[in-house]
Amino acid sequence: MSKPSGQRSKGVNGWLLSTPALVLLLLAASGPLLIVAAYSVMEKGDYSGVRWVLSGEGWFRVLFERDIFDQTVSLADANLSIFWRSVKLSIATTLITFFLGLPTAWFIATRPASSRAFWLFLITIPFWTNLLIRTFAIMEVIRNQGILNTALMKSGLISEPIQILYTDTAVLIGMAYVYLPLMVLPLYAAVDRFDFKLIEAGYDLYASRWQILRRVILPIIKPGIIAGSILVFIPSLGAYVTPRVLGGGKNMMIGNFIELQFGQGQNWPLGAALSTVLLLVVLVSLVVYTRVSSRDNQDG
Amino acid sequence: MKTYCLATAALLGSTVGAYAEGELNLYNWGNYTSPELIEKFTAETGISVTITDYDSNTTALTKVEAGASGYDLVVPSANYIPIYVEKGLLAELDHSRIPNIGNIAPEWQDVAWDPGRFYSVPWQWGSVGIAVNTSVYSGDPNTSELFLNPPPELIGKINVVPEMTDVLNMAIFNAGGEACTEDLEVLRTVRDRLMAAKPSWLSMDYGTTDKLSSGDYAASVNWNGSTMRARVNNPDVVYGYPVEGYPLFMDSVALLSDAQNVDEAYAFINFILEPENAAMISAFARYANGVAGSDAFMPEDMKTAPEIVTPAEFASAGQFLPTCPQSATDLYTAIWTELLK
Amino acid sequence: MAKPRAFDVTTLPGFTFIAILSFVLLYAPIVTLVVYSFNGGNSVNQWGGFSLEWYVVAFNNAAVQDATMRSLIIALWAAVISTSVATLAALGTTRRGKFKGQTVIYIIINQPLMVPEIVTAVALLIFFSSVKLATGYSGLGYLILAHSAFCIPFAYLPIRARLEGMDTAMETAAADLYATPLQTFRYVTLPLLLPGVIAGAMLAFIISLDNVVITEFVKSAGQDTLPTYMLGQLRRALTPEVNAISTTLLALTIFILIAFALVTKKRN
Repeated sequence: MSKPSGQRSKGVNGWLLSTPALVLLLLAASGPLLIVAAYSVMEKGDYSGVRWVLSGEGWFRVLFERDIFDQTVSLADANLSIFWRSVKLSIATTLITFFLGLPTAWFIATRPASSRAFWLFLITIPFWTNLLIRTFAIMEVIRNQGILNTALMKSGLISEPIQILYTDTAVLIGMAYVYLPLMVLPLYAAVDRFDFKLIEAGYDLYASRWQILRRVILPIIKPGIIAGSILVFIPSLGAYVTPRVLGGGKNMMIGNFIELQFGQGQNWPLGAALSTVLLLVVLVSLVVYTRVSSRDNQDG
Repeated sequence: MKTYCLATAALLGSTVGAYAEGELNLYNWGNYTSPELIEKFTAETGISVTITDYDSNTTALTKVEAGASGYDLVVPSANYIPIYVEKGLLAELDHSRIPNIGNIAPEWQDVAWDPGRFYSVPWQWGSVGIAVNTSVYSGDPNTSELFLNPPPELIGKINVVPEMTDVLNMAIFNAGGEACTEDLEVLRTVRDRLMAAKPSWLSMDYGTTDKLSSGDYAASVNWNGSTMRARVNNPDVVYGYPVEGYPLFMDSVALLSDAQNVDEAYAFINFILEPENAAMISAFARYANGVAGSDAFMPEDMKTAPEIVTPAEFASAGQFLPTCPQSATDLYTAIWTELLK
Repeated sequence: MAKPRAFDVTTLPGFTFIAILSFVLLYAPIVTLVVYSFNGGNSVNQWGGFSLEWYVVAFNNAAVQDATMRSLIIALWAAVISTSVATLAALGTTRRGKFKGQTVIYIIINQPLMVPEIVTAVALLIFFSSVKLATGYSGLGYLILAHSAFCIPFAYLPIRARLEGMDTAMETAAADLYATPLQTFRYVTLPLLLPGVIAGAMLAFIISLDNVVITEFVKSAGQDTLPTYMLGQLRRALTPEVNAISTTLLALTIFILIAFALVTKKRN
């Protein structure tokens, strides 16, 4: 600091000071990802693990399956349907959280400054609360003997409990519930910066409320929408706990399918290949996101 | 009086002597280990026991095989013991360190999966059948058609436990095949029927005791002891013995070759072969044990329970599963994975 | 909605209703869960009178005690380790102008936020199982290491935010008074940075305390933390005991969050 520090020493110090963090991350987060990639091209071991022989079988099995009986090769419908279910549920989760989240973020941002912190705090509590506890809480609500069914039956609307638990709907409700705060927070940040004079200007030009929402508000808060969608979509796609607890071992998502390969399926290379696919999908979404959001920033 | 007994027991435990205070890591099926048994063991020996649950034989085998799992004792089913042995995962038992080894009932002393009991001692044994809540379905429970082709009342309300060999073999027996069959025609029927039945199942999960009691499941492929526990809570639950054939199982305690607490493990193995202690295991999980003389200590209600005392007409349909050759296991795993996903 | 409030430009039809609905939906399950933790009966949905029975049961449950201790030990270590390295990294990457490779450092630090947890969990399972085999060590170190790593971005963000908001004038003044760089750091930078460091440590602590997936895959024999213990229980008996454990964990989280809010408020 007392010395005139050039570009070079800044960089050296920057790297030096970051080294402990980087070493830790490479050791216990980024580095092992490379091992996953390596395992995906090995031959599967008898019950678990791999044999150190190169093999494309893991990757082959991501897309294709051999019939157990006549060895005919076909497209792996089951794998694709799990992928499709995951993508479908993740998109649905993103949409639900958006339709609930935008009004919520708007509501918070338009509160008087004094009470805004309180409302924001109400959103952050679930955000930091254990995902498992929240999944458990929603399970208690939708079980056959849960409060929802009990209330509906007492009110005479239904005579038999509705089976929600262990269905795709249960997984969807659960994910929308646990990821809602992830949508609200970035949307709030965007709405908070929003200049409400623009709405006034819109009304002055006889725009309808719908037009104002669509033409004025949404385009301006678009970065917040994209950030929120990414923040909800990515963890939904890799969700493990929520489908495991609410899906009853039958309605798998990619996360559970990967786990299956490392457990009962005893096919580590396939599990590793599936993990790599998931990782690639996430990276592509992130790249698209940064592209779109940086273009938006340039547009002003 | 009770404390006096405990103190005496503790004294006895300490005079047996060789057992230092220590730790023991038991890797067992969920909801299968009597807490009172563990309390008593700790009181007598000073050894603290940590129990970790697993939900299926494959899960346990995978975890143990991954190495350095840290467990000392594991409780695999009969047909898995030879796999553990072949993979070198189990330590051979030194019978001189198990004074109670002679307490094993004669019919369980020399078993096909572990001749001479050099790798495992009995924990509990029972059968796999179908638990049905009669308030939902009042038909005959004694058939595996209930889960392979559920009646309308049970569609969307039946659970299937995620235990590969039990479920597949029940379906194989239903299709007229034999355990470990590699007959592709039979296996194809089995796969097709299971795949066709799966959409009418509610879930493939364990934790059946509580969910049968609470009515979350109207029926489940289930173990007999678990069904008895559910029936005690909910009298509507009955246990069906599929006439087409059903598997019998015996889970045995085995010492892992990479166990860290070998002395403690021997102490535990010897402890559970004491008739009174074996009866405690049964009293909790509601399965029969394999220890001679434990009947005297067994709870009264188990002596007549229809889940535990197999009615004579169904007894012949039950059979122990042998260990299948690797080629059959590969086929089964493939079918099972296809079914699970 | 039909009210003549056209001049309040911040009101959009239906938004307030949906917002209130969101808050109700967010809190109704949590409140139910908390209420039933005080249930005297043994059901999670039939009220049997107010009682603290299940808290007593939970606190006396040896497995819960062990898991709680383990969770706290891991979270404490993870918070200390991740905050220390994150503080250094924040000092290295903030207020220095751009330097070569800075983006790479950002990406690596934020990587745990981007990669799906299940993938990291599987990667660590593979990696650590071979390390366990090679070394024979299967203690808590693996969990502490894994937790420290994924807590780094959470510790890093508030520290960096604090640093960016700090004036460099004080440090320059100290340097002008012939303080060594170490003295400047110890007596000027660190005290100013402290609220950020505390905030970072708190977030890291909560994140570690709540982790399920990575812990589930990495844990060895008898290494259940409170969340993985609960995950096992959720598939089995549902008694208000789980509610009691959840409520306790919830209370702890809210307590830390309030402390966090106070610490960060002070800096403004």
